Amino acid sequence: MSAKRQDGNDVWLVVRLRGLSMRLPRRSLPVMAVLLALLATMTVLSVSQGELRIAPFEVVRAVVGLDTGNPDHALVVREFRLPRIVLAMLVGTALALSGAILQGITGNGLAEPGVLGISQGAGLAAVALLTLSPATSGNLLPAVALLGGLGAAALIYLLAWDSGSSPMRLLLVGIGVAAVASALTTYLIVLGGITEVQRALLWLTGSVYGRSWGHVRTMGLWLLVLAPCALLGARALNVLTLGEAPAKALGQRVNFARTGLILVAVALASGAVAMAGAISFVGLVAPHVARRLVGPAHEGLLPVSALFGALLVLVADLIGRTVIAPAQLPVGIVTAVIGAPYLLYLLLRGRSA
Amino acid sequence: MAMLAAQNLTLAYDQQVIIRELGVTIPNGKVTALVGPNGCGKSTLLRGLARLMAPRAGAVLLDGKSIARLSSKQVARQLGVLPQGPTAPEGMTVRELVSQGRYPHQSLLRQWSEEDEAAVEWALETTALADMHGRVLDTLSGGQKQRAWIAMTLAQQTPVLLLDEPTTFLDMAYQVEILSLLDELNEREGRTIVMVLHDINQASRYAHHLIAMRGGQVVAEGDPRDIIDHSLICDVFGLECHVVRDPVSGTPLCLPQSCPLRLLNKEGRDTTP
Amino acid sequence: MTGNRASARRRFGRGALLALAALVVIGLALASMSVGSMRIPFGEVLGGIFSPSGSINDLILTTVRLPRTLAGLLVGASLAVAGAIMQALTRNPLASPGILGVNAGAALAVVIAVLLLGNPPLATYALFGLVGALLAGALVYALAAAPGVGASSPLRLALAGAVLAAFLGSLTTALLLLDLNTLDQVRFWTAGSLAGRDMELLRLTAPYMLAGLLLSVPLARQLTALSLGDDVARGLGVRSGWIKLVAGLVAVLLAGGSVALAGPIGFVGLVAPHLARFIVGVDYRWIVPLSALLGAALVSLGDVGARLAAKPNEIPVGVLMALIGAPFFIYLARTRMRR
Repeated sequence: MSAKRQDGNDVWLVVRLRGLSMRLPRRSLPVMAVLLALLATMTVLSVSQGELRIAPFEVVRAVVGLDTGNPDHALVVREFRLPRIVLAMLVGTALALSGAILQGITGNGLAEPGVLGISQGAGLAAVALLTLSPATSGNLLPAVALLGGLGAAALIYLLAWDSGSSPMRLLLVGIGVAAVASALTTYLIVLGGITEVQRALLWLTGSVYGRSWGHVRTMGLWLLVLAPCALLGARALNVLTLGEAPAKALGQRVNFARTGLILVAVALASGAVAMAGAISFVGLVAPHVARRLVGPAHEGLLPVSALFGALLVLVADLIGRTVIAPAQLPVGIVTAVIGAPYLLYLLLRGRSA
Repeated sequence: MAMLAAQNLTLAYDQQVIIRELGVTIPNGKVTALVGPNGCGKSTLLRGLARLMAPRAGAVLLDGKSIARLSSKQVARQLGVLPQGPTAPEGMTVRELVSQGRYPHQSLLRQWSEEDEAAVEWALETTALADMHGRVLDTLSGGQKQRAWIAMTLAQQTPVLLLDEPTTFLDMAYQVEILSLLDELNEREGRTIVMVLHDINQASRYAHHLIAMRGGQVVAEGDPRDIIDHSLICDVFGLECHVVRDPVSGTPLCLPQSCPLRLLNKEGRDTTP
Repeated sequence: MTGNRASARRRFGRGALLALAALVVIGLALASMSVGSMRIPFGEVLGGIFSPSGSINDLILTTVRLPRTLAGLLVGASLAVAGAIMQALTRNPLASPGILGVNAGAALAVVIAVLLLGNPPLATYALFGLVGALLAGALVYALAAAPGVGASSPLRLALAGAVLAAFLGSLTTALLLLDLNTLDQVRFWTAGSLAGRDMELLRLTAPYMLAGLLLSVPLARQLTALSLGDDVARGLGVRSGWIKLVAGLVAVLLAGGSVALAGPIGFVGLVAPHLARFIVGVDYRWIVPLSALLGAALVSLGDVGARLAAKPNEIPVGVLMALIGAPFFIYLARTRMRR
């Protein structure tokens, strides 16, 4: 080795333990720490806001179950606010991871869970349920939406498969299927009764209003299984972004890796959409923001995207609940309203070194 | 015994057959150059040997075993491949690209061992990129980018290296540098090198073994000093030239005749009277 | 000589295809004029346009069917060419006129109009829509071209547009959710339709689209060079900064005029250029005219279907186009994309 040891250790943090080894980009560690701190602060802030203002200290006490002197606190915090706030974070995480994976696989900066027809398929299923049989209980809605989303994704994959899973073909077929689903959804919206249509529109926009711990449990389990799968795929994504020929040359089973990653992305997005509706924009913006913060290596990109997605939806929900109180703006609207300017700011500032 | 060989190999894209029942053996521990006119199938053959495309018929043998039966990672540990015109994603640094070359040696649990680190360091030094290891690829010149990709292939540490037109788009100094580097790798470490080259003179100078192709078939193969002559260049390229001795390396040097109005017939033969 | 003969043959082949497409469009236009709540036979259609005799049918023809058919052709051609331009500028196959933010800008403006004015006539929709579309398009362009790393790069343009469209779309949805009446009024318009589009509306919006279509003809050659990459384009003598500006202006005119006339119609702008590319290859001198013809055909077909499929009610044309066009598009994507 040369005398001045200018090696990768200033960029990567390597952990080695008896034959096992793994590494993380150093830049991502402080960023993740800041995001986690912001998440914690924002959670407390969000719980404290609403019709019943609760001081932050009392929020913490109520969350852990200690008495705060006001018996309403426990109810409001634990039954109404906390579930929707936690769900917002989980949904944001799932959408951001899904978007990051899809952008990595397709190499297209405009890719996001919507391009695989998931939001459109889920939207069609949900709107159909809401407008054609509005009397049906709302409990069916997540399951129906999930089936719709997964169904659309499966259809796209099957139609695009031709002894291989070329990303380009996937995108194009996705456009076609999404267009059909969108068209049918629009038709239902034009025809339906106005109140049903309003409910449908609300669902389509994405909202965590009235979500309960049941939703949180389901989404939590979903994420518990899928998020590690996504994170483990970081190295494979790095290789895929080099191009099909170099990836094959490096010994990656390209079709296998792509299929697996797409499955994970579809599952993540479908789960999120089923729980909270078609929240737009998170899957598009989170990876771009993460890339500008920590660079393209997926070992850092994926977790930072996830944390940023969680933060974005959390803050969007907070703003939606408070800005025109007592009316509420659904979170799906606010994500675009706050996410868009931030992404544009980053775009204009240019690439960070 | 030879490490890499093609046996009765047929390679095709959809309906178009490029190479039909070709048999060729890549000599171990030597530098082999694949030459021929555009469309002769040299890149296709390389891709077939590198397992970048599946053969329509026949087999590629690695150490006597059919390459199709081996796992991708096993193959990647033996064959390093540099495809044509690769593009790296935005924002990737030189070091990150070179590190990808360690992929075949890594697994979920062994993501970055000391050997990986050493290999990357060595690859960066060998290609004189150690100073630029943190630079973003997009900011480098064409020659530097190519060296970075070659460094990635070197980090793979394979006994065999397959390169598809490694010197195209590089200026003369870089071309010489890359070819000398490959020559050195072959001499010092006995690596088998197979490269597709456009320039017959470069092939003549740097290769121990030349495979000249045309229309999907091997027209001639052997030591450049033995086989490069006026009639070979006519057969393969349809070009009239003088073949002299290169004063620097002693190998054959082709000096094309210039003919202002070249009317090539369908087979690429010069038909000026 | 073989090279020249082959290219001449190719040119003839493509020219034949264009002619065929034009015939199809004319046929569909005739169909469009004859179809509706009252069926008017073809023979009468031609007579009615060129020498109207004051009969009821002729009245329907000139005041209802003719403007509607022309609107369909114009909108289809405009959206398709706008899409082709966007895909060339952003070098991204996912780009569409919607990505310029024009649809989102128009929709927001229209929703604001309905909120403020209660129940405005279609012409007001068109006016607000036009203003909203042009403003949004200008904003996207300004963002894309703002100084900084990556200024005017394809990715910057695509992202700026997608981002602005999402932003404006969210504001629109917020307003719709807050006011039920506006939602009820606007939902048919937001689905995109040619119903009730008369000569007055056409006169208001057609100039923009016609200007755009005319300008797109000399632009097409530059687009091919541009789609090869900025460096290659500059090497070929294309003044890429200037061309990008003009191309953007043309795309905004085309898309803005369309959305003002017919509401936001998706799918055509995205898919017609792809279809054209599958058929004639990558030269924009062929892609632009063929896209225009395919777009016109698609919208006309969609509009005919929109009138027939659920007689006597009308289905929004955007819906029908997607239902017809998407399977065909998917089929082409499967068979033509071999990689």
